[in-house]
Amino acid sequence: MIELHLAILPIVLPLIAAPICFILGRSQWCWLFATLISGLSCAASVGLLVATLDQGVVSYAVGGWQAPWGIEIRIDVASALILSLVSGISTLVLIYANQSIAKEIDTSKHALFYTAHLLCLTGLSGILSTGDAFNLFVFLEISSLATYTLVSLARDKRCLIAAFRYLIMGTIGATFILIGVGMLYMKTGTLNMLDLADKIAVIEGNRTLNTGLAFILIGVSIKLALFPLHMWLPPAYTHAPSAVSAFLASTATKVAVYVMVRFIFSIFGAQYVFETMSMDIILLVLAIIAIFKCSFMAALQSNMKSMLAYSSVAQIGYMILGISLATSAGLMAGLLHIFNHALMKGVLFMALGCVAYRVGSVDIKSFRGLGKTMPWTMAAFTIAGLSIIGVPLTAGFVSKWYLVTAVFEQQQWLIGFVLLLGSLLAVVYIGRVLEAAYFGEVSQQQETNIKEAPLTMLIPMWVLVLANIYFGIDTSVTVGAADAAAQWLSQPHISGAN
Amino acid sequence: MSFIAEHYNYWIVIVLMMAGFYIVIASNNLIKQVIGLSIFQTSVFMMYISIGKVSGGSAPIVAEAVTSFSNPLPHVLILTAIVVGVATTAVALALIIRIKAAYGSIEENEIGDKDNVSE
Repeated sequence: MIELHLAILPIVLPLIAAPICFILGRSQWCWLFATLISGLSCAASVGLLVATLDQGVVSYAVGGWQAPWGIEIRIDVASALILSLVSGISTLVLIYANQSIAKEIDTSKHALFYTAHLLCLTGLSGILSTGDAFNLFVFLEISSLATYTLVSLARDKRCLIAAFRYLIMGTIGATFILIGVGMLYMKTGTLNMLDLADKIAVIEGNRTLNTGLAFILIGVSIKLALFPLHMWLPPAYTHAPSAVSAFLASTATKVAVYVMVRFIFSIFGAQYVFETMSMDIILLVLAIIAIFKCSFMAALQSNMKSMLAYSSVAQIGYMILGISLATSAGLMAGLLHIFNHALMKGVLFMALGCVAYRVGSVDIKSFRGLGKTMPWTMAAFTIAGLSIIGVPLTAGFVSKWYLVTAVFEQQQWLIGFVLLLGSLLAVVYIGRVLEAAYFGEVSQQQETNIKEAPLTMLIPMWVLVLANIYFGIDTSVTVGAADAAAQWLSQPHISGAN
Repeated sequence: MSFIAEHYNYWIVIVLMMAGFYIVIASNNLIKQVIGLSIFQTSVFMMYISIGKVSGGSAPIVAEAVTSFSNPLPHVLILTAIVVGVATTAVALALIIRIKAAYGSIEENEIGDKDNVSE
């Protein structure tokens, strides 16, 4: 019975749990309940990953209506991999959130936080599992609306403006996707992704289709914060509560990157997007500017949360760069970086949350001497920071390695050089924090007042740190899954093109 | 000329879309931005409804002697999109209420000035 409906569980569980969570009302109960539900969705997602690695695709007809008329839930290796990642990180962030939000969100709003978090998880899982283009838009808006609410929950009033700007940009992005999907429907008369792919493959050179592609790519680019459409991201992540930043930075933008992969490779087909429409050049140039400009901006920030936010935009540049190479190796590196980057950004934002919890500020000045007073937090920050830079034995090294290999495979020496230079900039911005933490002078008062963060915050953070190291050493699971996913996505289109 | 006249609904869509988009970008007042956003979304609703029309088709109801009828699917889709649009507007307005309470203004430049002073 459960096996039959496994595919829809990651969507339905948090969706049903969200209102129940609101009714429960008490902070502790909500916390336990939300964590339990998120854990169950994670278990279901891992089950799906195992099933897809085994049999390729899990398909489920919602309500018993067969595709292409009904909505199809269609999970392949790529979606199952990111689904496990998203629900896993959601669970860890929820465990962490109990203490963290106690300081950052008013008690009366705790139930709302957990409700919105579960709704956001519903939306993200929905985007990852659906096989229907319009359904994807609906889930995108469910997750986005929950996200705007989450951002606006912080005590700092600047979060309100950040959430509002995010809402305006996000809604424009989603409406662009809606227009694009409408144009696809106009031309093909179907919304099922597989059906769309079949029908688009037959059409040659059509203006409606080209316009639809443009609308969808721009809309998704806003959602994934591709330079120069990233302006909503830094304020939103800076002023949101730490637990929210940790969750969003490691999942929401990654899911949007996945949407882009899905549209380019599964629906339009890489040959049409990259060769006929030459989107690869545009994406490549934007990705390189994103890596440079935003790494540079990150190095200039004095608020460490906005530093990490700019660093996120730069890292998204790496993923898009991998995709824009239009090869199976590049796509695989991009997918791998989605996974690994989520692990490291999760840790970094959680570490900042711990600092905010004990010190009350995340300004670079408040990091002075934290290496002594909060050794575990700063150790976690250091390891994840090294992972962002791409030091061997961390997850970041693995994905950068595959990315650079994919670039050199194409003999794009200049781009490879740019990638390495981007890593050097990461050394600068991460190094500033480490310098302050380990070599900064400590005042007497600070030394006695500041203690290590509580265990419920440290444990989930360290689970992610260990994951960073584990996936940096034993790459068989992630690389295997990413490779299988990339093969699966690019098979019919790219292999024919080359 | 007849091409323009025959596709008048699409011209309305384009005009509304651009007007709404311009209001979102150019307005300083947060409420006006939300209004712009609503107009922008409404234009898309009209586009979907236009797609569904079949020339000479009647309403999609099962009845005798009806052989040609409009495509009901875009209507259903757009019902969902309208709900999404209403929810977005509601969240935006709720945020504006809280912004007004926190800053005492809903003009973007005034809010920006207050943030700079407090920093």
